[in-house]
Amino acid sequence: MIAANQPTRRTPQAKLLVVDARGRIGHLPRSALADLLKPGDHVIANDAATLPASLHGKHVPTGGRIEVRLAGRRSLAVNDVRHFSVVVFGAGDFRTRTEERPPPPRLAPGDGLALGPLPATVERILGHPRLVSLRFEGTPDAIRAGLARHGRPIQYAHVPVPLALWDVWTPIAGPPVAFEPPSAGFALDWRMIAAMRVRGVSFDTITHAAGLSSTGDGELDRRLPFDEPYRIADSTAAAIRRTQAKGGRIIAIGTTVVRALEHAASRDGFVHGGEGLATQRIDAASRLRVVDALLTGIHEPGTSHYQLLRAFADEKSLRRASAELHAHGYRTHEFGDSALIERKARKGTPRRALRNARDIHADLVDAGARGDVQGLVVGVAELDVGHELGCHYRAEVLAFR
Amino acid sequence: MTRTLQNDSHGPFAGLRVAITGGTSGLGLALVRELLGRGARVAFVARNREGVERVAREHGRAHGIVGDVSRKEDIHPIAMQIVGSLGGLDVLVNNASDLGPTPLALLGDTDCEDFERALTTNVLGPFRLTKALLGALAASARDGRGAVVLNVSSDAAINTYPCWGAYGASKAALRHLSHVWNEELLAEGVSFLSLDPGDMDTPLHALAVPDSDPATLKRPGTAAREFAEAIAAALPARSPGKAPRGAALAEVNTS
Repeated sequence: MIAANQPTRRTPQAKLLVVDARGRIGHLPRSALADLLKPGDHVIANDAATLPASLHGKHVPTGGRIEVRLAGRRSLAVNDVRHFSVVVFGAGDFRTRTEERPPPPRLAPGDGLALGPLPATVERILGHPRLVSLRFEGTPDAIRAGLARHGRPIQYAHVPVPLALWDVWTPIAGPPVAFEPPSAGFALDWRMIAAMRVRGVSFDTITHAAGLSSTGDGELDRRLPFDEPYRIADSTAAAIRRTQAKGGRIIAIGTTVVRALEHAASRDGFVHGGEGLATQRIDAASRLRVVDALLTGIHEPGTSHYQLLRAFADEKSLRRASAELHAHGYRTHEFGDSALIERKARKGTPRRALRNARDIHADLVDAGARGDVQGLVVGVAELDVGHELGCHYRAEVLAFR
Repeated sequence: MTRTLQNDSHGPFAGLRVAITGGTSGLGLALVRELLGRGARVAFVARNREGVERVAREHGRAHGIVGDVSRKEDIHPIAMQIVGSLGGLDVLVNNASDLGPTPLALLGDTDCEDFERALTTNVLGPFRLTKALLGALAASARDGRGAVVLNVSSDAAINTYPCWGAYGASKAALRHLSHVWNEELLAEGVSFLSLDPGDMDTPLHALAVPDSDPATLKRPGTAAREFAEAIAAALPARSPGKAPRGAALAEVNTS
């Protein structure tokens, strides 16, 4: 595989490796992605815009040069921009491989950091000398203005040219909450979204604060991904449940979407709307309850991205896919080629756990009281699936239509 | 302006997330006031830091953003601050405009640099900012909130007036852009309005026609009210149970 070293998000010659549910492998131009989708499928992407999350400045007590990379936040609330967890590097910039960057001066709670127009204070050390929580001073608007003026996109040595903010925003970018781009979304454009619609495939987004992909420190890298807040609109959650009830597939554009949707369904197997904090790790041991297929960039074995793929495909299929990627010269990293991986088929188990019919019934009563037609349709469709497995509530509930 | 603006917590503007460029004077400032008064959440953009801080101080709930829409490098920082401060975006008003040469000049006397500035401010700027905000606007449309882009047009976009060549050509291009955007994004639920506010008593008009009598000109507040009504008409009805409707491109001459 070759590292993609130019920030070109939509090369016409981009490639797509497909691993289907039976482990069969195919190669296509990425522009043909929509052709692989079926009517009734529901595609979900992460619409987080990428913050200029790399801030150069100095450690006030020692005067030492540092680079701060924003790495985590507690929530997506508009005014919650004072507190971040950050990874701190010593002197230098992205041109030096992160593994070779010098450490920052020793950081202690209360230390001031001068980051261009943004004064900040170290609040706590988070179990590693380079991972700290930071508080910015000023109003939320002033902090955003300071980030906009002084921050640069986080980047790595494999792309030698400095990135501009437009290089790291996907075409669907909205809320600026990601620390690194949700780069699987670089494969999208408005033409492709229109092509999906023509095929009867629906498209929707969630917002997930995608975090760092690497820190250059083995111990810290093992803690990735950090906790990431996400938001799922109620209308999106309802559309997902409706798709599932009708037997359509949920296609995630990017690993962050998998993390958010699976976290949102961790309570009862069904995606609920609202904001959450994804804390879980997804790997070979995870049982996916929502996502049926994943469009992802090409990531090297060993990364947390790659670990997540093991929830979709067995080791043998992934090894074969890896060999194919090498043999066909696929390009890796955020500006590289893509892979579509279908979740491996499961034998002898129902397609997904069904929600307790009594809960669905309760939701339907609520929906009826609100006059929420969409909620009623979703609930009845869910019960339709339940009926096949012997649910007794269907007739009773249909009276609400 | 003596009209008292009441905060309306129930109308189509309650909680609506609106961004306005050129928001520290003339029509832009009048729109900031009008939409805040109708209960919208407003972020406004202007080049001059002192002006932005002054308007932000006078209108505590508005988010002031310093930036120049004619500069490519400013677009994403502006977009980031708009969506960051409002948490999303339902309405974008591309209002910031440049006259080209001032005093107005015959095309034969127009410096290329002046024409270029009119084009970057009035055409490329709105194009870039709309493109950078399209993800947020389309998300709002999918969520049933609706999404509207209002591009401020001009009589000079349609009719031919000597000395209005640079401005008129740029506004004609913007008007055409509005039509194409609207056609292309109908299915995404994002509507475009191209509206001419008429001759108003604004700093831009004073630059263009220094000897005009302000008493004969429209008040910017009047145009702002008319624009607010046009935006409301283009948004989906907000009562539950009604499906969002796509609005056709309105071409309204309110002068």
